[in-house]
Amino acid sequence: MLLIDCPYCGKRPEIEFSYGGEAHVARPADPQALSDDAWAAYLYLRSNPKGRHAERWRHTHGCARFFNAVRDTVSDFFVTTYKVGETPPAEAWPRAAE
Amino acid sequence: MPDAARVLPLDGIAPLIGPALTMTPLAPCMRLILRGRAAAAAAAAPALGMRLPVLACRSARTGERAALWLGPDEWLILAPADDPLAATLAAALAGVAHALVDVSHRQSGLSIAGSAAATVLNAGCPLDLDHTAFPIGMCTRTVLAKSEIVLWRTGALAFRVEAGRSFVPYVWQYLAEAGREFG
Ligand SMILES: [Zn+2]
Repeated sequence: MLLIDCPYCGKRPEIEFSYGGEAHVARPADPQALSDDAWAAYLYLRSNPKGRHAERWRHTHGCARFFNAVRDTVSDFFVTTYKVGETPPAEAWPRAAE
Repeated sequence: MPDAARVLPLDGIAPLIGPALTMTPLAPCMRLILRGRAAAAAAAAPALGMRLPVLACRSARTGERAALWLGPDEWLILAPADDPLAATLAAALAGVAHALVDVSHRQSGLSIAGSAAATVLNAGCPLDLDHTAFPIGMCTRTVLAKSEIVLWRTGALAFRVEAGRSFVPYVWQYLAEAGREFG
């Protein structure tokens, strides 16, 4: 079974976790000022990369906390996990290489 | 008005007692969920008579009371049914941001012990229950087959399992079925 390294509990079996979508999607500060297209993009458009992806996970059947992970969407390998509000190690950050 | 009698989810079920496995429904007790940050944990300590565990997945005990770490700001507190703790804890926490909820009737518990206990639990629980990975005193929310449980290792060969009230018969039957080969 795939083990996911919860930043609070340590390595735990995958079935205790739930996926929470792409991480670091910031809500626009002033939604009223946005065009419909820009608002739709915020709501629905995600990066969907082939490779490293920063995403939210929740240790639902454990500490129940949300955290972030960088996962390779090709290999399903978890590069790193980190608490909400923390910055991942630069070498793990998917956008740093761009 | 008719008298209301409390019905427990495992009422009428006899304990399983075998050479390698014993399973016993637990009597009613007080269960509190305390949520809060360090200030709330510090304020609760004198009323509890102990410090709340800050290490992940660890428990603390004093007398008949126990506190189980469930998350970085969440503890399950277990105490005897007649313990006045709920009121004293609420008084001690007044003025400190926290949430204190009595969940005594939300969930129910069973004890499972014996040389086969870990093996039987692993029939439905994916955690590594070896002593090096899950030592005495370790506790966590996890899953047992289709149910969420709180698992607490209370001794070398003894565990306490807590589950939501309506899940407890399922948990009991699942473990009893898994334990059949151990008599
Ligand atoms: Zn966790």
